[in-house]
Amino acid sequence: MSLIDTIVQGVLLGGLYALFAAGLSLVFGIMRLVNLAHGDLIVLAAFLLLVLVSTLGLNPFLAALLVAPVMFALGYALQEVLFNRTLGKDVLPPLLVTFGLSIVIQNGLLEGFSADSRRISTGALETASMAAGPVTIGLMPLLALLSAVAVIVGLNLLIYRTALGRAFRATSDDAVTAGLMGIHPRKIFAMATGLAMVVVTIAALYLGTRANFDPTAGPARLIYAFEAVIIGGLGSLWGTLAGGIILGVAQTLGAAINPEWQILSGHLAFLAVLLVKPRGLFPRAVD
Amino acid sequence: MTALLETRGLTAFYGDFQALFGVDIRVEASETIAIIGANGAGKTTLMRAISGVLKSAADTITCRGEAIGALTAPDILSRGVAMVPEGRRLFPSLTVEENLLVGAYGKRRGVWTLDSVYTLFPILKERRNNPATALSGGQQQMVAIGRALMANPDVLLCDEISLGLAPVVVRDIYAAFPRIRASGASIVIVEQDIGQALKVASRVYCMMEGRITLSGRPDELSRENIHTAYFGAVRHEPH
Amino acid sequence: MTIAIPSALKVETRTKVSSISLFVAFAVLALGLAAPFLVSRGAVQDLFFILTMLVLAQSWNLLAGYAGLISVGQQVFVGFGAYAMFGAVILLGVDPLLAILIAGLLSVLLAIPTAFFTFRLYGPYFAIGTWVVAEVVRLLFAQWKALGGGTGTSLPREAVRDMVGVSLLRDLFGMKPAQASDAITYWLALMLAAATIGFIYRLLRSKQGLGLAAVRDNEQAARAVGVDARRMKALVYLATAFLTGLAGALIYAQKARISPDAAFSVTDWTAYVIFIVVIGGIGTVEGPILGVILFFLLQNFMADYGSWYLLMLGLAGILVMLFAPRGLWGAFSDRTGIQLFPVRRTLIGGPSIHQGGSSHG
Repeated sequence: MSLIDTIVQGVLLGGLYALFAAGLSLVFGIMRLVNLAHGDLIVLAAFLLLVLVSTLGLNPFLAALLVAPVMFALGYALQEVLFNRTLGKDVLPPLLVTFGLSIVIQNGLLEGFSADSRRISTGALETASMAAGPVTIGLMPLLALLSAVAVIVGLNLLIYRTALGRAFRATSDDAVTAGLMGIHPRKIFAMATGLAMVVVTIAALYLGTRANFDPTAGPARLIYAFEAVIIGGLGSLWGTLAGGIILGVAQTLGAAINPEWQILSGHLAFLAVLLVKPRGLFPRAVD
Repeated sequence: MTALLETRGLTAFYGDFQALFGVDIRVEASETIAIIGANGAGKTTLMRAISGVLKSAADTITCRGEAIGALTAPDILSRGVAMVPEGRRLFPSLTVEENLLVGAYGKRRGVWTLDSVYTLFPILKERRNNPATALSGGQQQMVAIGRALMANPDVLLCDEISLGLAPVVVRDIYAAFPRIRASGASIVIVEQDIGQALKVASRVYCMMEGRITLSGRPDELSRENIHTAYFGAVRHEPH
Repeated sequence: MTIAIPSALKVETRTKVSSISLFVAFAVLALGLAAPFLVSRGAVQDLFFILTMLVLAQSWNLLAGYAGLISVGQQVFVGFGAYAMFGAVILLGVDPLLAILIAGLLSVLLAIPTAFFTFRLYGPYFAIGTWVVAEVVRLLFAQWKALGGGTGTSLPREAVRDMVGVSLLRDLFGMKPAQASDAITYWLALMLAAATIGFIYRLLRSKQGLGLAAVRDNEQAARAVGVDARRMKALVYLATAFLTGLAGALIYAQKARISPDAAFSVTDWTAYVIFIVVIGGIGTVEGPILGVILFFLLQNFMADYGSWYLLMLGLAGILVMLFAPRGLWGAFSDRTGIQLFPVRRTLIGGPSIHQGGSSHG
């Protein structure tokens, strides 16, 4: 395997990690909430897709269109019923409630689907690829990267060009004053989490079609998402994409040396960035 | 006849500390009233209670006869009561124009639009794409007033809008008031500057220690009366 | 800084109940010491499990409930302590008891670079940062072939059999080696649990403890009156690393079999611990004690239900956090005013003043 090919595969993998991270980044940016169940929600969405694809024989992309509104509603409800009650100065309640949720989702999935590894089949797309010189680009990994770019462009348009996006930013600045403008901060937070769950559905589509997953796969996805956000710098979605790509390249380079080092070298790259630039490579938000 | 906005026996607490003790005020359509008083008299607390930042007992605040005391701030705004909060509280990550547009989030229709606010405060149009917090204090106050107007309120609550501003700037801002009133809105101003308050208001309430101590038309009130209501005792000034 | 307190006034942290509870604590300790002679070996192992979980819970409670450092990566010190102990025994031939102590000290050494990285992360991100560090250490140990790599290894049978004290117990009481080593690890767990509670209780009642409460309530204000918040948090972090490392080494000395996935398990060493503390009562010394007892009972009744059990535990944790944020003990204590380990300062004599005012320091 050539070095260029390794790096290209890493960049493509980075697209998937950016998809994991975009929802986390969005929610943190708006309400300073870190959802420890984020990875488990990705896995939950992947299982929903699996059910639609395997029982109804739907195309995975069509299934994602159906799952996205369900996940939006779930995110909206979770925020309204659970997370909104925990928001405040103290960081303990949201962390512990989302941690509890993570355990609940994992074990609920274990009960429902057993510990077996699953994969969502995309048929012919699975193996489709194109050769560009020494590099072979898989169609699904490429679609994942392009989807990540599209998600980030879309989220940026929403945040900076729409009334809802203005309300997001205003509420993030000062929720009390936003209330005086007719904005219900709790509904805004619920919208944001719902939106993050739509992104989670897209991430789940590529997670489930790329490799095997099982009910305990969530925490590792949370960690990759978190690493991408921190490497990129808080508050910048493009930074998150860059962070995801750096993480992906670090992992494929590590794996090229020794397959057992894939995950470890990603973590080490994260720690190296934390050491050199604790605020990430492209910081934007001032907290 | 029911008033546009009325408080009856309004109380407010910060934890164990009582800040308002049965406040009664009344705002009729198309009038300007002023609430004056020293620091800590409870003026800002009264504004926060009316606008829904602080929750009150439902029937202690009514809007056209409807009990609104227990509603949230966004629901009170939808009844037509908008506030310019103390300290302006602009959204720092939004531009001037975006701050104004956020004011219209409640989607009440009326004469106030981006264009009419820019006509009222032309300087804001020039600076529309600047971050709101990059503006001078007076301009920021204009943004705050414009932002509240964008909701097309029936009652505009203005909390300490001259605080920390140079007199010439305050004069510019108050110059806009006749046009705001001409749009049909009633205005409630909270002021420490008594002279300014008496000049624009048709009725004045004076507060001290969480109570209304005096009210009436500016021409009915003597300097002596106001001093008593303001400081609690007649102050004998040397001649 | 000294504050002149009128002679009629006295600052008290002791209550009548707490004096009784001190007596009860000693009685429980004495009974606990005698347990290996009174109950079956299985019961001793159960008690060992309860005590080691209690140490982990008290440490996490000190870290999260008092210092505001919410870690979901404390399994790093359990696993590292356990591996350090195994390494010292297998590679250096050290006696297991000495190896446990070495493991505790090495855990403190590990905590220094760990803190260096994780303390750069803000509040909620600190939590995930600690998790990443735990993953890194787990993956590194999985690479260490001399200790079995990814599949793990066992303690040599003779190392446990020849452990200090085993022959003494055999000669004095005629215990079998396995029974004797269970008794020894049990006594160590009992001492560690008592020492942990004693340490935390003393710390919270000291001037440093007051500083810690001040930091938790308002870091800026605490800094303004001269409390070095960062140093305070770092010291708590190192202390809990020591306690957690000791507990990890002790747990695996008793298990005598280790693997990276088990020793660095986030479920076993952090999730359970968090639920014990949250359900029992975070920010109280009594809460983890109540929590660990409930946890043990639940586990015995529901062990057969597998993942349903964890699911229920997660739900219970969420409900407690939402509706009784200070846990079952906190709710009980608020209602009855009973504190077994009072750390609030009460002003005695003089006009009546809000109790516990100083905790807002």
